[in-house]
Amino acid sequence: MNDTKATEKGTVKESEEKRVGVFVCECGVNIGGVVNTWAVADYIGTLPGVKVTSVNKFTCSDSGQADIQQKIKEYNLNRVVVAACSPKTHEPTFRACIEQMGLNQYFLEFVNIRDHCSWIHMWEKEKATEKAKDLVRMGVERSKLLEPLQASEVPVTDKALVIGAGVAGMQSALDLADMGFQVYLVEKEPSIGGRMARFDKVFPTNDCSICILGPKMVEVARNKNIKIMSYSEVKAVDGYVGNFNVKVEHKPRYLDVAKCTGCAKCSEVCPVEVPYDFNEGFGTRKAIYVPFPQAVPLRAVLDKENCISCKACAKACQSGAINYDMQPSYTDLNVGVIIGAVGFKTYDPEPRHDFGYGLYDNVITAMEFERLLNAAGPTGGHVVRPSDCKEPIRVGFVNCVGSRDKATNIYCSGVCCMVTIKNAQLLKEKRPETDQTIMYIDIRTPFRGYEESYNRSRNLGVKFLRGRPVEVKEDPVTKNIKVRIEDTLAGEMRNLEFDLMVLATGIVPNEGINQIQQLLKLSKAADGLLMEAHPKLKPVDTTIDGVFLAGVASGPKDIPYAVSQGSACAGRATILLKNKKAITEGITAIVNPDVCVGCQVCIPMCPFQAIKMDEQAGKANVMKALCKGCGTCVAACPTGALEQSHFKNNQLLAQVRNVFKFQEVAA
Amino acid sequence: MSGEASTAPKGNGWEPNILAFCCNWCSYAGADLAGVSRFQYPPTVKILRVMCSSRVEPAFILKALKDGADGVLVAGCHIGDCHYIDGNKNAEVRINNTKKALAKLGLDKRLRLEWISASEGLRFSEVIRDFTEEIKKLGQNPVKEVK
Repeated sequence: MNDTKATEKGTVKESEEKRVGVFVCECGVNIGGVVNTWAVADYIGTLPGVKVTSVNKFTCSDSGQADIQQKIKEYNLNRVVVAACSPKTHEPTFRACIEQMGLNQYFLEFVNIRDHCSWIHMWEKEKATEKAKDLVRMGVERSKLLEPLQASEVPVTDKALVIGAGVAGMQSALDLADMGFQVYLVEKEPSIGGRMARFDKVFPTNDCSICILGPKMVEVARNKNIKIMSYSEVKAVDGYVGNFNVKVEHKPRYLDVAKCTGCAKCSEVCPVEVPYDFNEGFGTRKAIYVPFPQAVPLRAVLDKENCISCKACAKACQSGAINYDMQPSYTDLNVGVIIGAVGFKTYDPEPRHDFGYGLYDNVITAMEFERLLNAAGPTGGHVVRPSDCKEPIRVGFVNCVGSRDKATNIYCSGVCCMVTIKNAQLLKEKRPETDQTIMYIDIRTPFRGYEESYNRSRNLGVKFLRGRPVEVKEDPVTKNIKVRIEDTLAGEMRNLEFDLMVLATGIVPNEGINQIQQLLKLSKAADGLLMEAHPKLKPVDTTIDGVFLAGVASGPKDIPYAVSQGSACAGRATILLKNKKAITEGITAIVNPDVCVGCQVCIPMCPFQAIKMDEQAGKANVMKALCKGCGTCVAACPTGALEQSHFKNNQLLAQVRNVFKFQEVAA
Repeated sequence: MSGEASTAPKGNGWEPNILAFCCNWCSYAGADLAGVSRFQYPPTVKILRVMCSSRVEPAFILKALKDGADGVLVAGCHIGDCHYIDGNKNAEVRINNTKKALAKLGLDKRLRLEWISASEGLRFSEVIRDFTEEIKKLGQNPVKEVK
């Protein structure tokens, strides 16, 4: 690290002549195959102030960057324009490159002639070249007006918040805690564990899900650096990287968790029975209940909506834990980083009655089937069909329900093929006399052990039929499911009859996704799940510094992938937590006190309360630590006293002025 | 791909000039995604990056129309998704007011405000195609000084 005083580094006197170097990238053929980069460089070389132009095959490569550095030296450049890809991905690279040569990093102007030009005008090469000239000219004119800025450092609170205690969130929490950081783990359900706690067995090895998850849940509870906040939700977030202020609401359990022992005596006496959500609505639970036997924390919760206030539980509770008047309570946290692992829900086939679901008793979802398979499930592990509780012989599985379907979701949920393959295997192993048919579009088994598991199913005698049911009916007497389907490999229509049919429902966003998207200002992808900062190179980062995403919240994933992301988030977060500081952009609003008349129009415009009146001077004052540099106040200022650094009026107007000049020059 | 309809020039037809102010977080990223996805759209538009759509001053729009733009697009995050909480709401007020002023000159259809998220690459290309067609129908901007 260069330890020159930051304030002096790379500044150029206002009066100094602007010496611009322009570096046009061909990006292999990505740009060079469409835009005539040499023609662009030749034209740009004629503009005043441009001392040198250069064309590189890959400007971001070592040799490309060396070319920039060498030309800065040779031509004594004080402004650098790179015409290449997107500043969203490559601006930091070139900022560092020019900074190494002693130039202020904000003397870089980045022009996008790939994503915004060559890639979208692939068949209009001449017009693309003309457009590239215009874009680069805009950049050159802006670059001459750029001013030096200093990125600032902010301190980072060495505590982390993890939202969602499924397997991904638990992994993040454990890794961070093991590195010595305090972690708050917020879970909206009464127990941690997430979706994985509901699975019977997990593919491709078919190990018992809760048997591998349970110990991890206990480990989380025992870790002294992790504070579990179950049955709680994040209600408000403000602040920025290193310093997030978070409000967590603890929903009332209507009992004192410190007194409750999880003995479930209260449940035994409770007279109210409601469908058991943990078992996907099969079987019942009481109005006061322990979520499931392995729950962490192992504490009861009272479901006030269904409670009839008979007070039987209060009488039964030996530790006197029940409190019917409990109110929500709140905790304010200050954390440096936030990891969102809010999970997903499965597609609900009920509203559209996909394949007869909701109309016919014996059409169920894969999650429901999962609970039927489970030894701790509503039937003690006996797979029975809902209409008559008889054990089915002929079982049909339909894949891609709510996935790969223009009517619902076009994306592939990624895990359902393996879920179906596993479920068919488990049933076959339990009851070899059963006959399974998997109706699929494609079978997707990309990772270690998946193809082997698929082969195993076939060896066990599970039938695979490529096609999608076109008609599903119920036999009114037997309640069997009659399916008409085109066998697309044999090229013939077939009529099949099943005792039970299981729908492999896809992955869809849950409510938590909308909630944290709004709270943390994240972006959503086309599938409705959250978007990462870069699909390949920053898969767990977001566009918000200090906020990371793990698990299915950012796209369909299997368990190993979600766990890896949990660890990845912890690793990424540790960079901030360990360094105890974060670098923030130097772009802020600035007040020219000579012009400010103290009208205070700007003050209510600021979403971050970063502008205060300097009462003595009667002028507005921007607090740089709070200012995020959006420029809202700048556009509102009636006198022009406010400016946004790096996006000053003259800098933007230089671009505006130069957008369409080329026609004039050419004419 | 649905976004790949050829936009090859038709005859010697006049092509409009459009300036698009895109916010850094959503619309600029949406334009990047249109590129990455190779959703083709006419080379009529040039993008100018601002941090937030609320940074766009009416003066910039007037300047663009005077200096050669046949149309100006301001694009930001969807309401509720703004990186700066509600900057886009301020942009909405400002652009609508500018539109009212432009209406007196008969130029209001040359200014458009759109919300385009980082995942809406296809929509970005569709908006540009649609706006280009609309401006083509309107013809050249009569007040521009650079023609």
